[in-house]
Amino acid sequence: MSNALAGFQTTFISLLFDPDARSELTTQPAFAVYRNTVMSGCIDALQANFPSVARLVGTDWFRDAAATYVRAQPPHDGRMLMYGATFADFLTAFEPARGLPYLAGVARLDWLWIEAHTAADATAVDSAWLAQLPPEELGALRLQTHPATRWRLFDDLPIYSIWAPNRAGIDNADDIVWQGEGALLTRPVDAVGWKPLDRAGSAFLDACAAGSLLAEAAGAALDACPSVDIATLLSRLLSAGALICPISNKEGLA
Amino acid sequence: MLSGLGFKAEHFESALACAAEGMWFEVHAENYLVAGGPRLHQLEAIRALHPLSLHGVSLSLAGDAPLDTAHLARLSSLARHIEPALVSEHLAWSAWNGIKVPDLLPFPRSDEALRRIVSNIDQMQSALGCRVAIENPSHYLRIDGHAWDEIGFLAELVRRSGCGLLLDVNNVHVSSRNLGFDAFEYLDSFPAESVMEIHLAGHTMDPALGDSLLIDSHDAPIAPEVWALYRHLVERIGTRPTLIERDGNVPAFGELLSECQLATTELRRVSELSGQPS
Repeated sequence: MSNALAGFQTTFISLLFDPDARSELTTQPAFAVYRNTVMSGCIDALQANFPSVARLVGTDWFRDAAATYVRAQPPHDGRMLMYGATFADFLTAFEPARGLPYLAGVARLDWLWIEAHTAADATAVDSAWLAQLPPEELGALRLQTHPATRWRLFDDLPIYSIWAPNRAGIDNADDIVWQGEGALLTRPVDAVGWKPLDRAGSAFLDACAAGSLLAEAAGAALDACPSVDIATLLSRLLSAGALICPISNKEGLA
Repeated sequence: MLSGLGFKAEHFESALACAAEGMWFEVHAENYLVAGGPRLHQLEAIRALHPLSLHGVSLSLAGDAPLDTAHLARLSSLARHIEPALVSEHLAWSAWNGIKVPDLLPFPRSDEALRRIVSNIDQMQSALGCRVAIENPSHYLRIDGHAWDEIGFLAELVRRSGCGLLLDVNNVHVSSRNLGFDAFEYLDSFPAESVMEIHLAGHTMDPALGDSLLIDSHDAPIAPEVWALYRHLVERIGTRPTLIERDGNVPAFGELLSECQLATTELRRVSELSGQPS
């Protein structure tokens, strides 16, 4: 591709992302239109994709940080809805965010929201479905996580308690307990919903995602937290629409 | 299909219920290239009641590289699912060496560029199994190395690839002011028989340079100059599906529908003049 068109495009791209670069093209004031459109389009996308981060730090701080990210890691997908997969990692190492140790975790949950929002559709199973199964079949039952179900544990920080109100556009409570916690995001139909998640719930979902039998997933939850009430845990996950039955897809076991 | 609107999620209920004759909707395909979820569900609901056009903004037909096959596969899959009335893309590039920028970038219209774009349009049309309409972009920069003027270039693309054209009248107005050419002359020499769709949108002046640099911002009502160009165009070429685009400062659905009705009125008038069914 060593030809004039390729050369033009290589030059143009480097001029776009380096605000100090100069050439015959940039001597025209109109070149700024392209620089502005590209930069604001990327930053707008990040602001749309990470609303909880933006709400916590304010628009000016967010857009400055986003501009640094755009220059370091421009989009690699034409779908701007999918831009920012590495934004949380960037924030972890971003010096001005050092005093905000929770920010990267909040960005991770905003990203899981995007994943849940755009994931494939499937029919979640509920408690009524489970109740009509013959008890002798429960041991051989394999529940899978719904394609839109996302979960993550944060060991040291109350990321869920910080993220959830900001995602909903309201201020944080004053009484956040400064300890690790987990988050569950689900989208059984259209709307993404979320709940806190403990170690037992996370271990149960990990096991389901790995293809374990229901009994094995319950065992994994008990290993993570010996005092867990499996019936309550399962009912909570089912009511959130976190699970599907891949074999039956709600028609009963094959 | 008379005049249509760019679909906005916040207008979903109104769009669904809209009973205006000849109404249709267009979306940026990229916003719907997802595995599932509410975006696709909204699109399916709109498609069940109205014709739908898929307008691509990131395929980078003028990039000096083959198309992104993963992106093209997602677009084809959406098109098979939605069965759009129209599919379109731009005479521009936006991808290079793995970087994708949210803009439509210019290039020298050389023989080399022509061969590359024909090849990319072939690839797109083969994957989608339909004729696609290629849109004239807005211009801001003077670029060296043009071997073709834009209309000659577009006509040659049509001849070699069998594609159609999407004529954006606001882009013609913006470009004519920025580069200094006559917009009416441009419209008069545009290959009329290849026009599958017309776009209308608003623009703004550059905050620093004023009306010596117009920006194709899609965030304002359609300007009187652009309406005048549109009337002139459809009197010459006849009726075509006409889209009102608004991407910023999006008003209530009713306000956009009023703009849409202005275009429909023009289409009906032209149709009556020529005895052509609209």
